[in-house]
Amino acid sequence: MAYSDKVLDHYENPRNVGKFDDEDANVGTGMVGAPACGDVMRLQIKVDDKGVIEDAKFKTYGCGSAIASSSLLTEWVKGRSLTEATEIKNKDIADELGLPPVKIHCSVLAEDAIKAAVADIKSKRDGELE
Amino acid sequence: MECLTLEGNYGNPASRSHLLGWKAEEAVETARRQVADLINADPREIVWTSGATEADNLAIKGVAHFYNKKGKHLVTSKIEHKAVLDSCRQLEREGYEVTYLEPDEKGLISPQAVADVIREDTILVSLMHVNNEIGVVNDIEAIGKITREKKVIFHVDAAQSAGKLDIDLGAMQVDLMSLTAHKIYGPKGVGALYVRRKPRVRIEPQVHGGGHERGMRSGTLATHQIVGMGEAYRIAREEMHEEHERVLALRNRLLDGLKNIEEVYVNGDVEHRVAGNLNISFNFVEGESLMMALRDLALSSGSACTSASLEPSYVLRALGLSDELAHSSLRITVGRFTTEEEIDYAVEKIHEAVAKLRELSPLWDMYKDGVDLDQVQWAAH
Repeated sequence: MAYSDKVLDHYENPRNVGKFDDEDANVGTGMVGAPACGDVMRLQIKVDDKGVIEDAKFKTYGCGSAIASSSLLTEWVKGRSLTEATEIKNKDIADELGLPPVKIHCSVLAEDAIKAAVADIKSKRDGELE
Repeated sequence: MECLTLEGNYGNPASRSHLLGWKAEEAVETARRQVADLINADPREIVWTSGATEADNLAIKGVAHFYNKKGKHLVTSKIEHKAVLDSCRQLEREGYEVTYLEPDEKGLISPQAVADVIREDTILVSLMHVNNEIGVVNDIEAIGKITREKKVIFHVDAAQSAGKLDIDLGAMQVDLMSLTAHKIYGPKGVGALYVRRKPRVRIEPQVHGGGHERGMRSGTLATHQIVGMGEAYRIAREEMHEEHERVLALRNRLLDGLKNIEEVYVNGDVEHRVAGNLNISFNFVEGESLMMALRDLALSSGSACTSASLEPSYVLRALGLSDELAHSSLRITVGRFTTEEEIDYAVEKIHEAVAKLRELSPLWDMYKDGVDLDQVQWAAH
């Protein structure tokens, strides 16, 4: 399989790899996928009092395209509000990385990950930012 | 090259009426003897095909169609090559019944397991000598004794073993054997089916036409391909024992270099295994991403024929591996042109890549934190 330069770049130099404390009230965690399917993504966002994502971290078990999709996502969500972050569509990620059809599910997983992370921080804050 | 130019051996080996044809026929017959010699067979038992896939098709469907009055039951295993499995699936659509044996956790099919499933109406047992993904070696000599005693035809796919392991068809009671050229450095697109003469085995041709290859496989012979296969088999016969020692030493050097990595598992029996194969799982590291890190090495995750799909290897699943471990596997093949420097380079690269990808892996984090991954509720997708 041939990989695009952007996928290779994110794979060779993944951005924002790491982990925040799950228990932190300002951290939302989205864990999606399953080992049996060959992909697991964990995306975490740190959100300030105004509901803006000030930092993001990820770890991904999966192919290069899955790693690149989640790495790109961490770059994109920083500085966005929670609402703006959930507007990121898998197609945007797939287009940016030039993913082939067989790898579209990686971008779908990334979209699911940010939605799950936002849902997590919202439930932690009990809807106070809604 | 000599068989492709007008100045060279250009004739059609089936043309019996002129010198050009005779010369081509002679070249083909020399190659036939070279192939037969490697497996201790009679040259008249060799039928040329386009490769082992066609040989598997011809053997399995050929036997099934010829002997269908005697019975319609076949026996094979779950970890055969797709050429065997898909031929069996086709026969099932035609009304045949197939038993797919489960290998043990080491990937081997025991002779007793074969004996246990043979019935009155069983006409064929088809098993591979060496598995293409995990390299394990079945005891075909012992299985052949059982099939002969029970008067069932025994087909062996030897695509991965010919030229690597000793095959003596004088001693092994194998009735049909699929062979290929390219696995032992011959040209792609040519192979052969061995068809035993004593006791005689009959097959229904699958390609009809001019009656070439004693009616079993029609079609003008690809002289240049066949000569290449003959030469590959001649060289293999001369060098295989020496080569075996060298390749085995390299494979062991590779394994020694990798086994100190945490959470590493070798897939398939280590003792009954062809020298050049290592199939290994690095837990918590996904195979495709690992291959990407090693893309200047020629490796594969799963078998080459199915690496376009995202399913984990059906061979590893049949060994009872979890999906995770099957997704985390790598097959490394050591061959004639592999050097010690390359092995050392591969070991270093794999160490780096596994460390890097585990740093990226949430599963590795969880494992290190003592989370039991089997207890986690995953959202399958």
